[in-house]
Amino acid sequence: MRPEFNAIPRLASGVRLGGNDRHSKILLMPERALRLNGPSFEILRRCDGKHTVQSIAEELHAAYPTAEPQRITDDVLKYLTSLHDDRAIDF
Amino acid sequence: MSTDRLNPLALVAEITHRCPLHCVYCSNPIELSARDAELSTETWVRIFNEAASLGILQVDLTGGEPLAREDILDLVRAGREAGLYISLISSGLPLTESRLAALVKAGLDHFQLSFQGASESVAREISATSSHPHKRKVLQWLKNYSVGVTLNFVIHRRNIHELEEMIRLVEEYQPGYAEFASVQYYGWAFANQKALLPTRAQLDYCVEALKAAETRLKGKTRIVFVVPDYYAKYPKPCVGGWGRKLMLVSPDGTVLPCHAARVIRNLNFDNVKEKPLEDIWTNSPSFRRFRGEDWMQEPCKSCERRQQDFGGCRCQAYMLTGDACSTDPVCSLAPANVKVGAILNVVNRQIACQLDEHPQYLYRKNPD
Repeated sequence: MRPEFNAIPRLASGVRLGGNDRHSKILLMPERALRLNGPSFEILRRCDGKHTVQSIAEELHAAYPTAEPQRITDDVLKYLTSLHDDRAIDF
Repeated sequence: MSTDRLNPLALVAEITHRCPLHCVYCSNPIELSARDAELSTETWVRIFNEAASLGILQVDLTGGEPLAREDILDLVRAGREAGLYISLISSGLPLTESRLAALVKAGLDHFQLSFQGASESVAREISATSSHPHKRKVLQWLKNYSVGVTLNFVIHRRNIHELEEMIRLVEEYQPGYAEFASVQYYGWAFANQKALLPTRAQLDYCVEALKAAETRLKGKTRIVFVVPDYYAKYPKPCVGGWGRKLMLVSPDGTVLPCHAARVIRNLNFDNVKEKPLEDIWTNSPSFRRFRGEDWMQEPCKSCERRQQDFGGCRCQAYMLTGDACSTDPVCSLAPANVKVGAILNVVNRQIACQLDEHPQYLYRKNPD
C-alpha cells in the first residue's frame, strides 16, 4: 500500500534497526535480516512515529542535494510501499 | 571480521527437548536429550556472547518447548543484552499472560506460535495433547504486547482439509506473518511419513488457496508457504548451505550444522562445553565436511544451480541413498530421484484420504 504524504510511518512490532554500532545498518525482523545501504538506512531511521512521509522526503532532499528532488520523493514512496508490504513498517 | 570470510548469521538454540506436545512430525532427533544433560544458564549466556562476537544476528530459542526452561526469562535477557534479535519458537504451552508480559519486558523480539490444525480434534490427533483452546487464548494476549508475531501452521495430509479455517484464523488475528510450513521428512516425521505426505491434489489446492490469501492479506499479513521437498523440482538451499549461515546448539551442547545432521554417520560433532563457538565454526570437521564444492558429485559438480541450492540437503541425501555426498534425491536431476518418485506414486495412488481412519503414528516421546 502506498502511503499518503501526511502518513506517519513507524517500524512494525518485532522490527528494529540493529542494536549495536557494528550492526546499526541492519534491519532485524522475524526470520530475516536486511543489510541497508545509505539511503535506505536514512529512510528507515526516520520511520520513528514522528516524521511524516513528507518530512522524510524533505530531509532526504537535504541529505542528497545533488539528486533530483522529485526522483528522491518517488524512491521514498516506492521504498515505504515495499517495506509496508513486507510488514516491516506500519503507517 | 574480514568480508571474504563467511560468518554465521543465525543461531538455533535448542535449549531443551522437553515438550508437553508429542507431535508426530517433530524435527527433533529420535534420541532426545534428557533434562540432566541440559546446559546451564551460564553456559547459554556465554554462547550468546560468543555468537554475537562471531557476527550472528538472530537467535531462535526453540526446543522441545523453550518455555519448559525455568530460566527462559534470563536467557531472553542475556541474548538481548548480547545484541541479538530474539525469537521464541513455541507451542504456547505453558504460558500465562503475566509470563508473556515478562518475556516481552526481558527483550523478546518475536513470538512464533505453532498450530497443529484449526480444530481441537485434529490438533489432538497430531500432538496427543489438548492445546488448541489455550493457543487461541495466547493469540488474544499477544495482541496486547509490542512483539512480532508469526503464526506457524505445520501442514500435511491429515490437516490440509482445515486450510480454509487456518487462513480464517490468520484473517481474524492479522499477525505480521503467517507461515504455512509443509512437513519435511526428518526425525519423527520420517518415521510417520506414510501418514503425513500429502497428495499432489492436496498440494495444488494449497498453492491456490494460499496464493489467493496472500493477495487478500497484502499489507496486513505476510504469508509464506513452504512446499514439501519431495514435490519440488529443485532442492532447497538447505540451511542456506552447509556451514555457511547457521549453527545449531542442541540441549546437551553438541553443535550441529543443521537440525538433522546427527543422522549422517561418521560425522564427529564438537561440544560448546569443550570449545568456543568460533573455533567450532571455523575448524570443526563436521562444519567443514560439506562446505564449498569439493565434496560434490555429478550432476551437482557441473550444475549451474550449485551456487543457488548447494546440492540440496545432505541429510536427505544420506537418508534416501546412504551417501551424504550424493545429489539431494528430491532434485529432478538426481539419479536417485526415482526413489522419491516411487514414494510419491504410492501416496498418489491411494484413494481419497480416509480421515475417519486413525493412522498408526509413532508419537514423539518426552525425555526424562
